[in-house]
This record gives sequence, C-alpha cells and structure tokens, in this order.
Amino acid sequence: MNDLGTAFATALDLVAAGDPALLRITGLSLRVSLLATACAALIGLPLGALLTVARFPGRQALITLLNALMGLPPVVAGLLIYLLLSRSGPLGALGLLFTPTAMVIAQTVLITPILAALSRQVLEGLWDEYAEQLRSFGAGPWRAVPTLLRDGRFALLTVLLAGFGRASAEVGAVMVVGGNIEGFTRVMTTAIALETSKGDLPLALALGTILMAIVLTVNVAAQGLRGLAARMGG
Amino acid sequence: MRAPMAALPLRAEGLCFGAGGVGILHDLSLAIEAGPPLLIIGPNGAGKSVLLRLLHGLLCPTAGRIAWEGAGMRRDAMVFQRPVMLRRSALANVEYPLALAGLPRAARRARAAAALAEAGLAALAGRPARRLSGGEQQRLALARAAALRPEVLFLDEPCASLDPAATRAVEVAITGLAARGCKIVMTTHDLAQARRLAGEVGFLHRGRLLEHAPAEAFFAGPRAPEAAAFLRGELLA
Repeated sequence: MNDLGTAFATALDLVAAGDPALLRITGLSLRVSLLATACAALIGLPLGALLTVARFPGRQALITLLNALMGLPPVVAGLLIYLLLSRSGPLGALGLLFTPTAMVIAQTVLITPILAALSRQVLEGLWDEYAEQLRSFGAGPWRAVPTLLRDGRFALLTVLLAGFGRASAEVGAVMVVGGNIEGFTRVMTTAIALETSKGDLPLALALGTILMAIVLTVNVAAQGLRGLAARMGG
Repeated sequence: MRAPMAALPLRAEGLCFGAGGVGILHDLSLAIEAGPPLLIIGPNGAGKSVLLRLLHGLLCPTAGRIAWEGAGMRRDAMVFQRPVMLRRSALANVEYPLALAGLPRAARRARAAAALAEAGLAALAGRPARRLSGGEQQRLALARAAALRPEVLFLDEPCASLDPAATRAVEVAITGLAARGCKIVMTTHDLAQARRLAGEVGFLHRGRLLEHAPAEAFFAGPRAPEAAAFLRGELLA
C-alpha cells in the first residue's frame, strides 16, 4: 500500500505543478469528448424528439435498436470506424485514421444512440402533456420537435451530460481509431491504460484523479440543473 | 376591423365514436350556428368531452361526418379541463399559437400583450406560466385561445377544478368572448353554471343527444324525461 501512497502523492504534485504532458492530454480529452457530444447532440436530440412525437411503421423497432445500441461496446464502435477510415476502407482516402477527428467520429457514433434513446425517454412525459394542446394549435410533428426540445431543455441538459460522461470515460473507441500517439492522439483514458501497463502509476493516477474530478463535476452540474429546472417550474 | 368570412354553421351528421370496442357516441346529429353560447350538459361519461374533441378535429369519428358549411376557413380553438401550460412565460404561451398561425413577430407580441391585458393578466406576462395558480392558468389558456380570434371556441369543463372566485373570473371571460361574437361551445356538469351561461342547451346522455333547445325553453320544461330527471338533480344511471 506504500507504493500506492507514494504514487498518489506524486500524482497530486503533477496536478499541482501543471505538468505540460498532463495538461496536453487533459485538453485533448476534453476537446474530443465535447466535440463528439456536440455532434451527437445535433443528431441524437432531434431524433429522440421525433421518435417521441411521430408514429410510423418500424418506430418500435427503431426504439429497441437505439436502446440496444446504448450498450454498444466502445471497442466495437471503434472497430467500425476503423474499418471505415482505414486506408483500404470506403473513407480511407480522407486520411483520418489515427487523428483526433477520427476519435471525435468514433465517440459520436458511440453516444448518438445514447442521446437519442435518453432524450426520447425524458421527452415522453412532456409529450403526454402537450400532445393534444399542440394538435389543437395545429402543430404537426415537425413543429412539435423544436417545441419539445426547447421546453424540455433542462431535462435534455442532463441527457447531454450523461453522453459527455460516457464519451470522456471510454477507452476502447479512442484507442482503436486514435492509436494513443503521444502528443497527438493520446487522451486521458488511453494514457491511463498505457501508463498502468508500463508501471508508471503516478501519471496514471494523476490522470485518473482528474478524470474522476471531471466526472464528479459533470454529475454535480446535472444535479444542480435538475434543481434549477424544478425551481423554474419545469 | 374587417370580419373574416364565416365557417359556421358546423354540422355533424350520424356521428358515431367508439374506442376499444366500446361505443361512446351513437348516431349523433347536431347543427351549431352563430349565436349565444351552446352548453352541452349531461352526467359524467355521457360523451361530452369526446363530442367536443370530434367537433374540434382532435378525434376522428368512426362513422358519420362533420362539415363546416360556411364559405370561410374554419377558425376554432379549444380550452381543456386541465390547462396545458407550455414551459415558458405567460406572454410566450399566448404568442406560441399565434406564431403557428403565421403572424409576424411584432404583430403577435402586440396581440398577445393585448389578450393578456384583457384577461387581467398583464402583470403576470413575464412569469413562468406553470408557476401561476390554477385559476390564472385557466384564464391564461382562455386568453391564449381568444388571441387566435376564433369563430368557435370549444371549452371542455373549463371550471371543473377551480374554486368559486376563479370560476367567476373564467365565466366573465367567456361571457365577454361571447358578447364579441365568438360562438362558445362548452361542456359542463354544473347545472347552475349552465343556467348562468347558456343561450342554448344540448343534453347528452349515454352517447346520444336527447335534446337541443334554446336555454329558456329547456330549463322551463325539457322534453326528454332523462333531461327532466337530470334537472331535478336525480342520479342518472
């Protein structure tokens, strides 16, 4: 246990000193996961809202598929994007494999189903309440989607935070398509995996601490938003 | 102000509605013409709410037809028993359907503010609608519908969950709308309220329209024995 204690102390030193490698890795992690969350939100939230309001053949099957995809293993998402982006793949000519862009794409694929499925769940109750009134106003499904997204914004923020939490914590997808290249595609989770296997526990622990802090912050923010929403009469 | 062309009369013929194999309305025919408020009364479960939803187009009849026989575009709105408040300010609640109706931003802001002022809700314009009291919410729902300047306004038991003071405020608003030429079609199971508001009465019992008559004649002596029993305060099975 002494090893662990020493490692933890060194880890705190690294954080306190603002170690450049640590900062670079943390910065890239945040950039990739935030960008992926933003991209996934552009697709996932409207899709979730549309699934809430629209009735069409195959809707239930699509919902089941999305729910199943919520459990998509990150390495599998990574593998799919790897096959698409590898030199011999259909998008190989873009030369994106082992770049941060590829990592954003992989994480977007990973969390879009999560955002869509969760937003459908949280908007369902709102729609139960609104449906008849909006039809009375003459609003069709296409007009109802932006209304639900707007009026459900507080609940949707917690959905976004859940998506961001999943993206920033996963290691498989970014490892496969990013390659964990030092100074270029190395992010917190892949660095932790590497440093742990190398035995460099202080750096791994320092990164782990930061990651935990980020996840904690995200959850506190989610809690706060729910409280705010309740106070706003949401 | 130039009055738009009328879409009334509204005629329902042979209207049937059932859900899950249970018949709710049976062969119901009704003509609604411009004039004083039409109050649809009858015991709970008579099909009053379903009738309003059919006329407003929220439900499709399983048989029969509904036709707006006037030359104009139909302009009808509905207020529900439990007001549905959008999660935004009172003013934005009134603006929302106006935006759907295609009114430009400046015009709808002005019209919404005027509707709130008329309903005595101007001071609450910026408040989140869902934080208002039940009575204020129902008055807001009425103002929101009235801002659309409907030719026909359907009201489904608008006072069912309100206290007497709020009920009075809502009734004043309804009377005001009727006085400006809006045709009120309203359900209630409150006979006293029907007497206060009705110009004509439709008596609905077990999915059939047993009587449709001017209010005075109806309350003086209904033709249908079930209606007479209902007026005497008997419990109709």
